[in-house]
Amino acid sequence: MMRPLLGHDLSSTSVTLLILRLRTFVALLLVFGFFAYAAPNFLTAENVVLVSKHVALNAFLAIGMTFVIITGGIDLSVGSIVGLCAMVAGWLVLYGINTGVGWTLQFNTIEICLIVMVVGVIIGWINGILITKLNVAPFIATLGTLYMARGAALLSSDGRTFPNLNGNPEYGSDTFKSIGDGSFLTVPILIWMLIAVALIAAYIAARTPLGRHIYAVGGNERGAALSGVNVDRVKLFVYMFSGLCAALVGLIIASQLQASHPATGETFELNAIAAAVLGGTSMSGGRGKIGGTIIGAFVIGILADGMIMMGVSAFWQTVIKGAVIIGAVVIDQVQQKLQARVILQQRG
Amino acid sequence: MTETHPIGLTIRGGVKLYPGTMALKGVDFDLRMGAVNVLVGENGAGKSTLMKIISGVEQLSEGTIMLDGKEVTFADKADAARRGIGIVFQELNLFPNLSVADNIYIGREKAHAGIHIDRSAQAEGARALMRRLEQDIEPDAPLGNLRIGQQQIVEIAKALAEDARILIFDEPTSALSASEVDVLFRIIRDLKKHGVGIVYISHRLEELIRIGDYITVLRDGQITGTRSMEGVDIAWIVEHMIGSASKEFPRGEAVTFGDEVFRSENVCLPRLGGGYTVDHVSLSVKAGEIVGLYGLMGAGRTEFLECVMAQHPEASGKLFIAGKPVKTRTAAGRIDMGLALIPEDRKRDGLVQIMAIRENLTLSSLWKLAKGFHLNLAAEAKAALTFVKSLSIKIGNVEHPVSSLSGGNQQKVVIGKALMTQPRILLMDEPSRGIDIGAKAEVFRTMRRLAAAGLGILFVTSDLEEVLALSDRILVMANGRITGSFPSGSNPADVISATVPAQSRTVP
Repeated sequence: MMRPLLGHDLSSTSVTLLILRLRTFVALLLVFGFFAYAAPNFLTAENVVLVSKHVALNAFLAIGMTFVIITGGIDLSVGSIVGLCAMVAGWLVLYGINTGVGWTLQFNTIEICLIVMVVGVIIGWINGILITKLNVAPFIATLGTLYMARGAALLSSDGRTFPNLNGNPEYGSDTFKSIGDGSFLTVPILIWMLIAVALIAAYIAARTPLGRHIYAVGGNERGAALSGVNVDRVKLFVYMFSGLCAALVGLIIASQLQASHPATGETFELNAIAAAVLGGTSMSGGRGKIGGTIIGAFVIGILADGMIMMGVSAFWQTVIKGAVIIGAVVIDQVQQKLQARVILQQRG
Repeated sequence: MTETHPIGLTIRGGVKLYPGTMALKGVDFDLRMGAVNVLVGENGAGKSTLMKIISGVEQLSEGTIMLDGKEVTFADKADAARRGIGIVFQELNLFPNLSVADNIYIGREKAHAGIHIDRSAQAEGARALMRRLEQDIEPDAPLGNLRIGQQQIVEIAKALAEDARILIFDEPTSALSASEVDVLFRIIRDLKKHGVGIVYISHRLEELIRIGDYITVLRDGQITGTRSMEGVDIAWIVEHMIGSASKEFPRGEAVTFGDEVFRSENVCLPRLGGGYTVDHVSLSVKAGEIVGLYGLMGAGRTEFLECVMAQHPEASGKLFIAGKPVKTRTAAGRIDMGLALIPEDRKRDGLVQIMAIRENLTLSSLWKLAKGFHLNLAAEAKAALTFVKSLSIKIGNVEHPVSSLSGGNQQKVVIGKALMTQPRILLMDEPSRGIDIGAKAEVFRTMRRLAAAGLGILFVTSDLEEVLALSDRILVMANGRITGSFPSGSNPADVISATVPAQSRTVP
């Protein structure tokens, strides 16, 4: 790509640029290497599986968040959707749906999953409608649904926990616990789910007109509209997809704990935003990659679990996490400037 | 004459270089005090550059400025303002979120000890200025609530508040109503009596003849005529403005046009506060025909194109593409029917700056390049390269961001994006704005070629030379209405006259 006649100066810039572009991956290797060396039990198989499971929850949300942020929006409601969806799942496992005419509908695990996913998508759709048709700023619209979904979760159980979600073999819901606990070919099912969601999302982003439209809306909404992009439909999609991702997390948590608590998922949205930003997603829209977001989620997750294993105080962990996020964004700005300069030089 | 109107400011051998272009090529200009010095010329002729130099916004590359016989250089606008030079810009430099008084005194607030703003003194000053301008505008009113014409008055008040000895008006009347223009002209006469030297720029030639004492015509950065206003008529001005350059893009042979590809019937766009921005516009374009839509700023031409492109849900009227009525209300649906728009503001409306050249070119045609949901990246890259070649877009690599291209090549990317949708009718809004003369010629040649290939083209321009040179038919728009229709080769003076329709002309 670089023209050799521009000399040594530029090619050293290009090496710097390459490192900067792969910075999240470099950070991942550094963090992983450090804890593998410093924390004695870090590299054991059980620990790697455990860390992956922690990371996966944030990664699901961060994938949905990445699409939203690329369009120039934000979805603050995902943590609450996790909570509400966990409660819906708990309710369905415990009680089914009372039709009000003397009999109760009971569901098997697959049906429960589908219903919960629909609930997540509907809340995402509400976000999308507020933002596109009613012109509410994304921050405000999703802040509103954050409160409403959390409130609904609390109302569903009067603030109590739904305990003992063991399911009932009679209805085929006894397999509910395997969503979070089961494994397939020794890999946890939820990791398989994450791989599937990540691949689908990455495919949408890179190889479909819809994906290109998502980037175009974030880069220049007016320009996209005048180019024939249906901006409203694109935005509806990203919020619904984000809601779907959150619903999956709600299901997984309810299944892992075999209980659902209405406070589940509080502040999850912030971790999701952090992972997306750490992975190179630009808050002003138009830029971001699913792969980067996944790596970002792993950096945050490994950092957290590694520090716990090393006995770093929880308070310091919080401080360090914040510093890492800011550092990532500062490096991102440096890279943008450098890249612009290289392109100008190539033109020159 | 010279005794009554002493020369206050002179420019000798003024040259202004911008990267790639020479905006002023050795200009000699005399500004007479106590008189209205009219400056006229096509867009890009160098009027605004000359005014920016006099008001200190830009500095001369070569040549001298003399103020009251002494050579001066203005470091910046504030420096020029200290020496008594004020300017009313064409684009409003106002703050819609602040009050009228705040706007008038912005940057030189009346304050105690430099920290505490004396609101009542400012309000009083603003009220006095409004009395002088015979306007009923409250100093406390938020500026954003005022009509555009009233905002223009505030801009003028801002310049008056500085007690300038030399005052430059850059197209001050483009947003004013007839009665407001009368007030402005009374104030200008009053300022003249007090010895203020006024520079007045406008496209409305009759207005210039009415208010001006001296006239200077610019073309391509050179002065082509300068004299006292006595005996000057529109024909004289037009002759000096456009010269003989209009034969630059002749149509090869007499062409026969095909069937009608686009028709609008009674397209209306209501305006806030009554009236219409686009007022019952009906027009049609045939295959192979280039129709030029000429008019002044704010005539409603851009808004008409936006209505056609489904950007104003409140617009009414009927559209037909290739004889078929347009029912869809989305831009995407209309693009599918064969409509394509090249917007006026490339940066804002035409391109996604952070995306690659390839991604911008194909943005409107992605579904055509996809099988179901799957985008064929190889086909996409091939399509992009085909258009890069056929439009001879000069690029390093299609993967570079489109922002790395020059203005002319960016415009070609926008054109390529529109053409990739295989349109029947191409709407072009100021296609030559902000690109250099070479790229301009190439864009015009491309338009000719496309029309010859059977595309209907409707293009909006504020450039008289351009509309005369390119159009098979000229439509003139003013105040939201079509006010004239001229065949190619019409008298330029007639075309210009149609831009200021009868009832908005003021009686001298």
